[in-house]
Amino acid sequence: MTKTTDHLGRPLVAVTGIGVVTSLGVGKKDNWQALTSGQSGIHRITRFPTDHLKTQIAGTVDFLASSDKGASPLTFELADTAATEAVSQSGLSLDDFGGPLFLASPPVELDWKDRMALYHDGKGASAAARIAEAAGTLKSLDIFETTQFGAIADRLSDKFGARGLPITLSTACASGATAIQLGVEAIRRGESDRALSIGADGSATAEALIRFSLLSALSMQNEVPEKASKPFSKDRDGFVLAEGSAALVLESLESALARGAKVLGILAGCGERADDFHRTRSKPDGSPAIAAVRAALADSGLGEDGIGYVNAHGTSTPENDKMEHLSLSTVFGERMKKIPISSNKSMIGHTLSAAGAIEAAFSLMTMLEGVIPPTINYDHPDPAIDLDVVPNRKRSADVSTVLSNSFGFGGQNTCLVMAREPV
Amino acid sequence: MSERDVVITGIGLVSCLGEGPEAHWRALSDEAAAPAVDTERFAPYCVHPLPAIDWNLQIPKRGDQRQMETWQRLGTYAAGLALDDAGLKTDEALCASMDMVVAAGGGERDEAVDAQILEASAARNDREVLLNEKLTTDLRPTLFLAQLSNLLAGNISIVHKVTGSSRTFMGEEGAGIAAVETAVARIRSGQSNHMLVGGAFNAEHADMLLGYELGGFLHRGAWKPVWQRAGAEGGGLVAGSGGAFLVLESRGHAEARGRKPYAKIEKVSSSRVRRSREDLTAGIADLLKRLDAPADTTLALSGASGAHAATAAEKAAIDALSDVALRGFGTRTGHLKEAQFPFAVALAALAVHNGAAYPAFDRAAEKPFSGAAGRALATTVGYHIFEGAALIAPAD
Repeated sequence: MTKTTDHLGRPLVAVTGIGVVTSLGVGKKDNWQALTSGQSGIHRITRFPTDHLKTQIAGTVDFLASSDKGASPLTFELADTAATEAVSQSGLSLDDFGGPLFLASPPVELDWKDRMALYHDGKGASAAARIAEAAGTLKSLDIFETTQFGAIADRLSDKFGARGLPITLSTACASGATAIQLGVEAIRRGESDRALSIGADGSATAEALIRFSLLSALSMQNEVPEKASKPFSKDRDGFVLAEGSAALVLESLESALARGAKVLGILAGCGERADDFHRTRSKPDGSPAIAAVRAALADSGLGEDGIGYVNAHGTSTPENDKMEHLSLSTVFGERMKKIPISSNKSMIGHTLSAAGAIEAAFSLMTMLEGVIPPTINYDHPDPAIDLDVVPNRKRSADVSTVLSNSFGFGGQNTCLVMAREPV
Repeated sequence: MSERDVVITGIGLVSCLGEGPEAHWRALSDEAAAPAVDTERFAPYCVHPLPAIDWNLQIPKRGDQRQMETWQRLGTYAAGLALDDAGLKTDEALCASMDMVVAAGGGERDEAVDAQILEASAARNDREVLLNEKLTTDLRPTLFLAQLSNLLAGNISIVHKVTGSSRTFMGEEGAGIAAVETAVARIRSGQSNHMLVGGAFNAEHADMLLGYELGGFLHRGAWKPVWQRAGAEGGGLVAGSGGAFLVLESRGHAEARGRKPYAKIEKVSSSRVRRSREDLTAGIADLLKRLDAPADTTLALSGASGAHAATAAEKAAIDALSDVALRGFGTRTGHLKEAQFPFAVALAALAVHNGAAYPAFDRAAEKPFSGAAGRALATTVGYHIFEGAALIAPAD
């Protein structure tokens, strides 16, 4: 009989469904094909004019029905599409899921198109008064819903038959990992034998791009868009804003086995630590990221020798890649030079709120398929970062455990440890 | 009694009534007090404004203050009050291992920049290009972070050194409900020993009021108590600026460091009633039933917003509990959105701690009760979606 509890006697948490959407396509099959071929989803922006913008490239998802409808509708469709794939694969009911829902999604604001339309329709002495006046005459809740942070999870709950009050969360670029962590914790507490964790981000608007640009966070290498995201390279100059989503069906291993579900992997450990140094920069000694990695390892029961591959946060910003290298080298020591590490962001860009979930999905597929996706655009290695980044070409490898890192603005550090088999 | 009981050892409150638990207890015990309402600045809407605050008391560095919009500053301030109240403010080790769940909104935009863009848009056909032109030159680079949801927690880490973990929940009142519920579950199960949980809301900003008004939820015209807005012009909700943070600990953790708690959080329940298809009053009744409140539960601190349908349903559900005296604190503070549920829990804990009830906040709608508080309910029914309730009991 398979052991169904972990090293601390808690229920082991299995993954029984995975769904994913990125700029490379819809679904696991297309994404995996593109990702392992070293294909980039980064392109010139066509969704809005790029006049006056320093960055004119992104990994937007342009092929969904809501792609031109605004951040809120697109984020919903991304989440819905990934969740449908994940729940279908798990064999659980698509309209009576019966477990809690955790959604990592971007904080969305009133779309500029709507703001301008309300301004032009309204009456009043100031811009704010005109908008408020027009708002008071709206006959439907459609625009209202796009501004309510709880609305997307509410609709998803309705559609999938999730249980209870759904949680919408944001831990910046670590959000997707936090959504998974919340699901793992709920199952470990015995509150539910299943949870649906989703990360979705369809918020690549002009204003979002400008905001990140003003913080000097984005790559400005517009000439060859697919070459701009180059994690761990000497000439990296920022991340590429992108969209996407992933959903995981998490289930206690006991429940998954009892109903004969196919177990795709184990969510073995989660670790986190907040940084109090600065709003966008990490503590120079990397101690919070180091503590997050160590906490995830300890939670999983795997030691420093237990990790076979690292799915990097690897944003391609000068700061992140340097700090991630420092943190990992501190935890794993000399062995870090031999542990393969790659960044999915070299191909799909930085999907922000969705990144942690998408990269967890790809980590699980790495173990299932025995193939490590490459870090592309690795033409000029950063000599200060001595890592095996699986450069430019996929690699066949028997990977049984993965560490996936997520670090974000506001001092957010969350790490996940996944395993192919129960540990 | 158990080591894993969840107790409240610190309360940080800010509202139009003042700051801190004592000031709130005093203000709310004064039955004759006039409402602190600003009816002019955001007419036709009224708001309950912030009191005068000396930000330096909790956010000593001016540089930090400048990096935050009002709601972040307010939340960071209220979090500091809670840590102080729990005797943790200067305990570096316990702050560094403390877990945090913040219920956050965000989106306090630069109204002047937006107004300029909107005004210019009247004369332009290429509005998207105009947007790029103006936003790239006029936006303050750090404003993004100052209005970003998870940066309230980020600022609490920076200013108060709370770094065990940091999670931000979003989603109006539901975020505050889920934050408290999750924090309680984590402590009870041993996933955490001590947590900081709460939220803040700045009602005095056009975009924050707009968030309600896009759904037609704001009350218009003369101010009225929360239970008396049905039939009046507008949607019934009067917003307020404020914040509420709680320090929650396992009983064992609090005892080990010699802290006497205010009260115990016995149970938290939450729901997502499908209001278009299901009866909300029945849904709230079920939510309350799941708390298994014993006979000594005498008081309900209701966070009713005034929003017509939700408020009527909540009143009907609580009035059906014949031994419970209803107190709608929104009459006095306004609706604090994400902070509403933590605020309700704090007020319920103060009543239980003081062993006394609050006088009626609205004598026309709330029955008098001056007995001992015993246990108290804290409720929050979202103006549009999500519901939550907690049962607060004496600590021992």
